[in-house]
Amino acid sequence: MKAYDYEIVIGLEVHVELKTKTKIFCGCSNRFGAEPNTNVCPICSGFPGALPVLNQQVVEYAIRAGLALNCEIASYTKFDSKNYFYPDLPNAYQVSQYDRPICSNGYMDIYVDGKPKRIGINRAHIEEDAGKLVHQGSITETAYSLVDLNRCGVPLLEIVSMPDMRQAAEARQYLEKLRSTMLFAGVSDCKMEEGSLRCDANVSVRPWGEQALGTRVEIKNLNSFRSLEKAIEYEARRQMEALDDGEVLVQETRTWDEEKQVTRSMRSKEEAQDYRYFPNPDLPPLVIPREWVESVARSMPELPQQAQLRLMEKYGLSAYDVSILTSSPEYLAFFDRCVAAFAQPKAVANWMMGELNKFLNQSNLQITECRFSPEHLAELLKMIDEGAVSGKMAKDIFAEMFASGKPAAQIVKEKGLAQISDQDTLIAMIEEVLKANPKVVEDYRGGKQKAAGFLVGQIMKATKGQANPTLVNQLIDKCLSAE
Amino acid sequence: MKLNDLSVHELKNLLQSKQTSSEEIIKSCLERIAEVEAEVKAFITLLEDDALKAARNLDKKGEYQGLAGIPYGLKDNFCTSGIKTTCASRMLENYVPFYDATAARRLSEADAILMGKMNMDEFAMGNSTELSAFFPTRNPWDHNRVPGGSSGGSAAAVAAGEILFSLGTDSGSSIRQPASFCGVVGLKPSYGRVSRWGVIGSASSLDQVGVITRDVTDCALVLQAIAGKDPSDSTSVALEVPDYSASLKADIKGLKIAYPREYFQAGIDQHVKACVMEALKTYESLGAIIDEVSLPHSEYALPAFLLIACAEASANMGKYDGVRFGLRDFSADNVVDMYSQSRGLGFGTDVKRRILLGTHALSAGYYEDYYLKALKVRRLLKNDFDKVFENYDVIVAPTAPTVAFELGAQSGDPLTMYMNDILTGSTNMAGLPGMSIPCGFVQEMPVGMHLIGKPFDEPTMLKAAYAFEQATSFHLSRPGRRVR
Ligand SMILES: [Zn+2]
Repeated sequence: MKAYDYEIVIGLEVHVELKTKTKIFCGCSNRFGAEPNTNVCPICSGFPGALPVLNQQVVEYAIRAGLALNCEIASYTKFDSKNYFYPDLPNAYQVSQYDRPICSNGYMDIYVDGKPKRIGINRAHIEEDAGKLVHQGSITETAYSLVDLNRCGVPLLEIVSMPDMRQAAEARQYLEKLRSTMLFAGVSDCKMEEGSLRCDANVSVRPWGEQALGTRVEIKNLNSFRSLEKAIEYEARRQMEALDDGEVLVQETRTWDEEKQVTRSMRSKEEAQDYRYFPNPDLPPLVIPREWVESVARSMPELPQQAQLRLMEKYGLSAYDVSILTSSPEYLAFFDRCVAAFAQPKAVANWMMGELNKFLNQSNLQITECRFSPEHLAELLKMIDEGAVSGKMAKDIFAEMFASGKPAAQIVKEKGLAQISDQDTLIAMIEEVLKANPKVVEDYRGGKQKAAGFLVGQIMKATKGQANPTLVNQLIDKCLSAE
Repeated sequence: MKLNDLSVHELKNLLQSKQTSSEEIIKSCLERIAEVEAEVKAFITLLEDDALKAARNLDKKGEYQGLAGIPYGLKDNFCTSGIKTTCASRMLENYVPFYDATAARRLSEADAILMGKMNMDEFAMGNSTELSAFFPTRNPWDHNRVPGGSSGGSAAAVAAGEILFSLGTDSGSSIRQPASFCGVVGLKPSYGRVSRWGVIGSASSLDQVGVITRDVTDCALVLQAIAGKDPSDSTSVALEVPDYSASLKADIKGLKIAYPREYFQAGIDQHVKACVMEALKTYESLGAIIDEVSLPHSEYALPAFLLIACAEASANMGKYDGVRFGLRDFSADNVVDMYSQSRGLGFGTDVKRRILLGTHALSAGYYEDYYLKALKVRRLLKNDFDKVFENYDVIVAPTAPTVAFELGAQSGDPLTMYMNDILTGSTNMAGLPGMSIPCGFVQEMPVGMHLIGKPFDEPTMLKAAYAFEQATSFHLSRPGRRVR
């Protein structure tokens, strides 16, 4: 069969680190990047006799996240121990939620080729993170490994989607929207590079029209949106080729090799561990009163989905545009403020997604680190609109704004960059040019229309590009035909 | 009478009226320890110098509030800052915590004086204190017999007059059975009444910190000092703590006492049974109303109890893997071998057996048949009790099926050993308070009577115990000195 004879089925399991001040069961700081084993105490490092006390902020954030994903919030939930041995897991069990997740049956809408598509959220549950092992070189060759327990007890929300995605790009869209939704809800930093957003992908393929799901492979070690997309594409192709070759796929966990751009087998289902989940006896069941959920719902800010609909309906922007504009609350706020000062949303969107993003990416900065305000950008766009500066000049001004943070008007003034649109000034200049180039004038009159272009060029050169080109064209025409 | 033979409340009076000093009390206990400890072996760690120093400091101040100046012992699974806390296991042989168990902290805030850390069955798994990885403790009444367990050191030392009181933990019978075997008072409060913070537990949903004393009055005093909500233990309960001493009244006219027929059936020593029946007659003579009742699901209690205890223990023991705690076998050349070899060397046979049982009970494919079923039984047992308590104030039964058995008699026979929990394990399953008080002698060995109260109704249970104690003299007997 050909690739197009297969349907790809994708579900994602996403871990989001909740940005509470303290860890899930103790008072240790929940801060990334501290010296190894400094954010630890008897509780999070599993000392004998230590007991956990649930951080209420974790529950509140989980409720927020769940509501943002249109989930049902359980009125009764509990915590379970997931038992396994690993040196970064001091208790030899991880506290998680097994059969009673705090959030379930939600959904999130994404846009595929401009059309909305609903992706189901199976569940979202609270769990604690484990520590980190530092190997000396590769894990198989290291003489010893060091254990850093700072991350132990960092609160996580694991969000499990339904297998509703059908192509790698959809999975990426989903993850991007999930990220922005968590950012808007204010529950996580969602920094993939710091591990506060982690994603595993479940991928299977099946012949078109087949109802039953194919054999599922879980892919781990996806460290960027790009690697998610690449890994799914690779894995789906691998599975299709294997099926074409008559192989039987095995349910397994594979890891994405970023360097070689392939997935490699980690362990098969048979080797999978039995985690022996059972209710954690040190943590009482958690009862969540309706009023709590309602008060969290009332405090919920505008979320990406609502913002996207607003921008599409009110401004007629495309699904693609709005998905970028809502990539973070700060980015959207920048857009909204800019539009408030200059009511041409499409132009604002184009400048933000074009020049602004280009510069932010080049300098590896966030929108919050931008040195000029949305109102400054609006001022620049207004100058373009009024013809005070040309599009090309505006880009130079923008670069200067980005570098110095100075307002456009100041830059124009300092560099004398204002566009010359004054007719008398321009006519005087044109007459001089005509006088200096009688041959060209003759050519023009002789029917060589192209000669006008040379004359315009002379004016632009003389004004260092500041002359309004449209006006110059008109005036040259006028001068030549007048004589 | 020597100071160490008196009760806490008597010493409290002597101290407050300046008729003695804390130093004199400590010295009296140390003398007794010098006499008997070589045989009894109740202590894992004896804090002779620290105790004397603390007593002298206290005497200098000359103020004796609360439990000030009274020497006590802690089962060696209570974390004590700067003091070895071994759980009687090779795994924690040299473990020195830097934090205190809340119950221990509350006692030191009451100025009680810690004499030492008491022997126990390894990780509180066992019923004879023979399963200590270090040495067995002997019953002060008969050195050929066990003191019971797992809080055997705590009970033996109180009975022997080495300390005035002690704390233990009880997940099935571990305070009450040794109290019964040693002829002292042992109380396991309602689940959630006393903080478990800093107590190295084996079965978190069953474990409760409790008290071992020589009489009921002392028991109320010590419980008062340790009870109450602790924000560090999510399972501790924020109910107001009643005045336990105020509940001690000899008048129990009209008190409704139930005795469950299932607790007097086969397997219970006839003489032990007779002692408790005799005690019921005493209650009747005091004006209490006595009825036989049924706890119909009792026959399922022991297997269900063991499943839950082992399941929770298997998870709680996971952290002793050689990575940070305890013993590490450095001969292993990879991490998996290091785990299994370290655990193989560090744990005793019974701990391993329980870990295996618990691991099996939680395994995929068995969970529903074992663990879930045990949880259902737990619910049924609780319902049984609730029903009886609709009409009765206290339940009375024997604490243990027999008096203290001889050393070695039950070793190698885990099933017989597990039978020690049969009369008391249900109260842990239901979270109820229970206490054992002396109620007679069989073969010159003390017999314990088990009183069970409604949830958080320790006052009524204490009152019933106090009334019996006032009417009898069993609690006045000491090893080698029977009061008849
Ligand atoms: Zn901590």
